[in-house]
Amino acid sequence: MKLSRDQLAAWILIGGPIAVLSLWAVFDNPRLYFVTLLNSLTLASLYFIVASGFTLVFGLMRNVNLAHGTLYLLGGYVGYVVADKTGWWVIALAAGFLAAAIGGFLMQWLVLRHMQGEELRQTMVTIGISIIGADILLWIFTGQVYQMEAPEWLQGPIRGIPLINAYSAYRLSLLGFGLAIGLGLWWLLSRTRVGMMIRAGVDDRNMLAASGVNVQRLFAITFALGAGLAGFGGVIGAVELSMVPGEDRRLLLVSLIVVIVGGMGSVLGAAIGAAILGLAETYGLAYAPTYSVVFTFLVLIGVLAFRPRGIMGRPA
Amino acid sequence: MPGVGVCAVSAAQWRRAMKSGGGTLGTTLPHRALALPTEPDPYADSNAPGWLKFLWRNLSPRHVFIGLFLLVFPFIATPFFTFQVATQSLVLGMVALSLSFLAGFGGMVSLAQMTVAGIAGYALAVLGHSSSPEISLAWVWWVAVPFAIVIAVACAALIGWLSVRTEGIYTIMITLAIGVAFYYLVLQNYSIFNGFQGLRELKPPTVFGVYWRDPLPFYFLCLFWALASYFLVRYIVSAPFGIALQGIRDNPRRMEALGFNVVAHRVAAYTLSGLIAAMAGILLAWYNALMSPGSVGAGWQINILVIAVLGGVGHPIGAFIGAIIFVLLQTFAVDMIDRERFNLVIGSVFLAIVLFSPDGLLGLWAKLRLRFGANQAITSTTRRQA
Repeated sequence: MKLSRDQLAAWILIGGPIAVLSLWAVFDNPRLYFVTLLNSLTLASLYFIVASGFTLVFGLMRNVNLAHGTLYLLGGYVGYVVADKTGWWVIALAAGFLAAAIGGFLMQWLVLRHMQGEELRQTMVTIGISIIGADILLWIFTGQVYQMEAPEWLQGPIRGIPLINAYSAYRLSLLGFGLAIGLGLWWLLSRTRVGMMIRAGVDDRNMLAASGVNVQRLFAITFALGAGLAGFGGVIGAVELSMVPGEDRRLLLVSLIVVIVGGMGSVLGAAIGAAILGLAETYGLAYAPTYSVVFTFLVLIGVLAFRPRGIMGRPA
Repeated sequence: MPGVGVCAVSAAQWRRAMKSGGGTLGTTLPHRALALPTEPDPYADSNAPGWLKFLWRNLSPRHVFIGLFLLVFPFIATPFFTFQVATQSLVLGMVALSLSFLAGFGGMVSLAQMTVAGIAGYALAVLGHSSSPEISLAWVWWVAVPFAIVIAVACAALIGWLSVRTEGIYTIMITLAIGVAFYYLVLQNYSIFNGFQGLRELKPPTVFGVYWRDPLPFYFLCLFWALASYFLVRYIVSAPFGIALQGIRDNPRRMEALGFNVVAHRVAAYTLSGLIAAMAGILLAWYNALMSPGSVGAGWQINILVIAVLGGVGHPIGAFIGAIIFVLLQTFAVDMIDRERFNLVIGSVFLAIVLFSPDGLLGLWAKLRLRFGANQAITSTTRRQA
């Protein structure tokens, strides 16, 4: 790959200071540096899982689903209740996915379907749903902090890793979940018939409808899948982050920034965006605690200034 | 400025020329013709002074009635009503007005207006007096207030510059992200913003022997600035700049081809709405007497959108109507249902409005007049609304 001079300059300008700071941090305190690296990558996996659902819905339907955070919280709460009743974490995962998927399906089928093409109105509707949904969840579960237990086979630290010594097995498993979801989405989008239709729909919805595909059904499936991913992330996040009203807004913000940075509608972009956001946030928290949000914001400004459509974004 | 040549064209002609393209937001946001009289002016011949002619032309009984009501209201209502309901409606209405100007006439739905107001409030708290002397610089109010407004307006311009780089639906995402990022900044930062606690005891000064936070003076202070920003918006939307902005809302590509600088107009619109939001932010800081992360959180960003949409973004008065309804619901509906369930009520009202009357209550009103009123009434309405 040949780089133009501008690209080279950009890489040096952005990468140079980061490389210097990293080198300094590695020599200063290697353990802190590598633990933070693992922390950021595991957090990025969670972000990727949640944001990939958001970007999937946006890419196909041009619908900014601002109730995505509420679906995340819904999945987390349902997963908590199911795990509490059955004691099986895997069933809780499935239940969280299903609950959010059904919620998303109902939103699309009952309401959003009737205002196709009115993007702003759809977004307003999702805002209204998120206000109502968050309040109902607050009503049922109160403002209490819920924390789920990790399943037994993931509890406790893994020892004997060079440099780091010990690291939480559950956090490490997040990497695996992120990879599995990423591969699963790749397989779905590039190897199956539904995925083919979704990709075609992202490029040209009208042409897809004209060639005889039931677009409404496809939209409903995609919306359910995207919402389900939020719920899935909710159950995973319930162990790692804890569930409390307000988390919905936080994860919504995360999804927004990830897809703005990565490029809307691109799953690969969501992965890149999640990695960047996870790195910026965690390193910010580790090295400059009171200004960590500023780093996130700088990333956002930098990307918007040079690539307004996001890193993997294409002209709509 | 490239827009100067436009003022010769009547607004109606201009809109007809712009209409055929239709922007992406055109389906959801109401389009209104501008109020320029097309019929012969009955007062053209009389030799009365210019401002009197202007009043004759534009004043109707309801304007006089509403004006008198606003002036008399605080003397007949209880201080609670004046302060909690009327004043709060005016201040929130101003923030919502800055959004409805952007959304209705610029086609840009920004969720960061409360953030701009919050920046002004925080700047005032840091520059002026507050309960945290180690943070506040304790400047005099007549230095601190203008500086706070300038900072907030600069931030509004920056937010605008960032968000106009992308279009339509993306704006809402970027401004929401910026707003929530600011919330987390003030929440996590203790050295400037005092973190979760926020900055307290922000009081308006005592000028001319009047303590401006007493209900009555504060009401008139807010009324003055609310009216000022209302008339500013009404003036701007029929000025060349406002007409160019509406052209850009309807068809940016065509305006670009006509030689207008689309980005500059949009950033200028953000800056102008930032000025209104900043003034409201100062008043809001004085009203609450504190700035805390809660007052710039995502909840309030969305509430401002709710207020603007509730009233209708097609006309500047919609913001204030929405604010009155919002504050009344906040104050009284919760007594009837349950104090904790306010969000459920306001969310349902918002959803109902978005689902059944996208143009807000003003749109509902216009629909009702269309159904029951005489034809004449409709035409006069559309001409008056600008």
